[in-house]
Amino acid sequence: MLSFTLKRLGDLIPTLIGVSLLSFFVIRLVPGDPVMLLLGERGADPKVYQEMKKELGLDRPIINQYGSFILNTLKGDLGRSIISKRKVTEEFFGRFPATLELGLCALIFAALIGIPLGILAAIKRNSFYDYFLMGGSLVGYSMPIFWWGLILIIVFSVGLGITPVSGRIDVIYEIKSLTGFYLIDTLLDTELISEEGLAPFTSAISHLILPSIAMGTIPLAVLARMTRSSMLEVLGEDYIRTAKAKGLPYKKVILVHALRNALIPIITVLGLMFGSIITGAILTETIFSWPGIGKWLVASINARDYPVIQGGVLFIATMVVMINLSVDFIYALVNPKMRH
Amino acid sequence: MEKVTPLTKDNHFENPLKEFWDTFCKNKGALMGLGIIVFFVAIALLASYIAPFSPSELQENALRLPPAFLEGGDSRYFFGTDDVGRDLLSRLIYGARISMGVGFMVVILSASVGTVLGLLAGYLGGKVDWLIMRLVDILMAFPSILLAIVVVSVMGPGLMNAIVAVAVVACPTFIRIVRASAMGERKKQYVMASKTFGASPVRIMFSEILPNCMAPLIVQISLGFSDGILNSAALGFLGLGAQAPTPEWGIMLADARAYISSDPWLVTLPGLCILLVVLGFNLFGDGLRDTLDPRLKK
Repeated sequence: MLSFTLKRLGDLIPTLIGVSLLSFFVIRLVPGDPVMLLLGERGADPKVYQEMKKELGLDRPIINQYGSFILNTLKGDLGRSIISKRKVTEEFFGRFPATLELGLCALIFAALIGIPLGILAAIKRNSFYDYFLMGGSLVGYSMPIFWWGLILIIVFSVGLGITPVSGRIDVIYEIKSLTGFYLIDTLLDTELISEEGLAPFTSAISHLILPSIAMGTIPLAVLARMTRSSMLEVLGEDYIRTAKAKGLPYKKVILVHALRNALIPIITVLGLMFGSIITGAILTETIFSWPGIGKWLVASINARDYPVIQGGVLFIATMVVMINLSVDFIYALVNPKMRH
Repeated sequence: MEKVTPLTKDNHFENPLKEFWDTFCKNKGALMGLGIIVFFVAIALLASYIAPFSPSELQENALRLPPAFLEGGDSRYFFGTDDVGRDLLSRLIYGARISMGVGFMVVILSASVGTVLGLLAGYLGGKVDWLIMRLVDILMAFPSILLAIVVVSVMGPGLMNAIVAVAVVACPTFIRIVRASAMGERKKQYVMASKTFGASPVRIMFSEILPNCMAPLIVQISLGFSDGILNSAALGFLGLGAQAPTPEWGIMLADARAYISSDPWLVTLPGLCILLVVLGFNLFGDGLRDTLDPRLKK
């Protein structure tokens, strides 16, 4: 286990350096002069130009620039947004809870529906249910979620009028940010509750429904397929036959004996889904005007706000690397075969 | 000693292609996928013959007409017209050309780069392998659309740049798949034999090992099509891929967002096309995997 740990940690360093290099060069590989790009049409004044260049540190040799970028990053300073003038870290953490809340809801939705469907398909292998569920999951897996979100809006918001079209909560409520999760904040804020009761909480829930479905559809399909194949593998094992032969109730064999072992790879996949959650967030948040990381990044790219792109990208990539690493470790702890 | 029976008409080996086709045909989903692909490829190739109008031609007095089969539709415009009065059916038909072209280019780019790097990593091993795998790790640290967005933000929006961006995203999968197969083949006897004959590493990699890595590679090529089409449509939707007035399905969706409550078919149809094509390639790829390499069957 020690050598596995050391090797994985050793591989981590070059990966992180590569990630930082990639984010660093985003701002510098842009064709043309980044300073002129940032200043836009008004940038003709040479004095302003020089100031801007100095502020961005672009007047120094590239290796120095990278050095101070790394030092600042380690100190937690990712620079300031050109548009809002606020710190990139502040902007990031201000929006991250919104994305996390949505992502968690989407994953819960995906797991609550996907895993039972997968179990059902495995039990009824090669039946009509199985083909139907697996065909359906392939459709879900192929879904362009930027279209799916719009269709959900057409049906449920425009057509049936059940759910709101966009945003996190009705604009009439002012939510004090305690945890950043509106589902929790609306319940913790005693002042708000005494005034409005549970209305803000239900408003937050109704705003979460459609984006969670849109974002959770692909993970749902992946989970259903994974669960099916993992269950089928486990159901063929000897100990399942033994359990059945002992005369244990069928439900108990499936839900206790088989599922417990089948869940190991499924939980790993859930952990590794963080990356696809971010991809989903970029598209889902754009459609539902969800004030999270994804919408922020797209807006920054359209506004050519390079410090934000650089910082945001670095943040997300580092998180993906760290989460994948922890999933690897957990998996190795659970499953000794994986340590080599 | 047993007598060797010569191959005659009755006991000859089954032609591998025919054997493949027979197994493949038993998979109804895969056949359906193939049907969808053939349909859209045909539309893409014949676009200029079958489209009733040019995709950019503005129809007079025909703004946002509903499809012909709905109330208020005009039989000349089967799927209706869009917000500036272009025939939607024609735009969807030309859109097939763009999506298929994009998928093709993405796969060609990512599969060729991925195959070369994967073979190098898998066959040479050691430092080369380590270096290439770190590159893969770095690329995989960026969620797919995010990486594509980064590439596009460097190169600027546009269809060609979007293709490159999506190809970069697709590369790691190809590298990993080819590397894994190449590592398995490297120690086999035919490779040893070839080495003994003095074959160069390049020859061993490309004419000995590569043909034996084809099964998973072909499967991934089909799945790569679907990812490529989906991701480039997403970039188009975000305004970072092809630019208006290109009849690209992702842009058509983005343009139609404003009319989501008044004219829902403008949103529905382009998205349905994307879904169908992607589903087709996924069905086909799954079927190929089951047929070509039963070991990979999950």
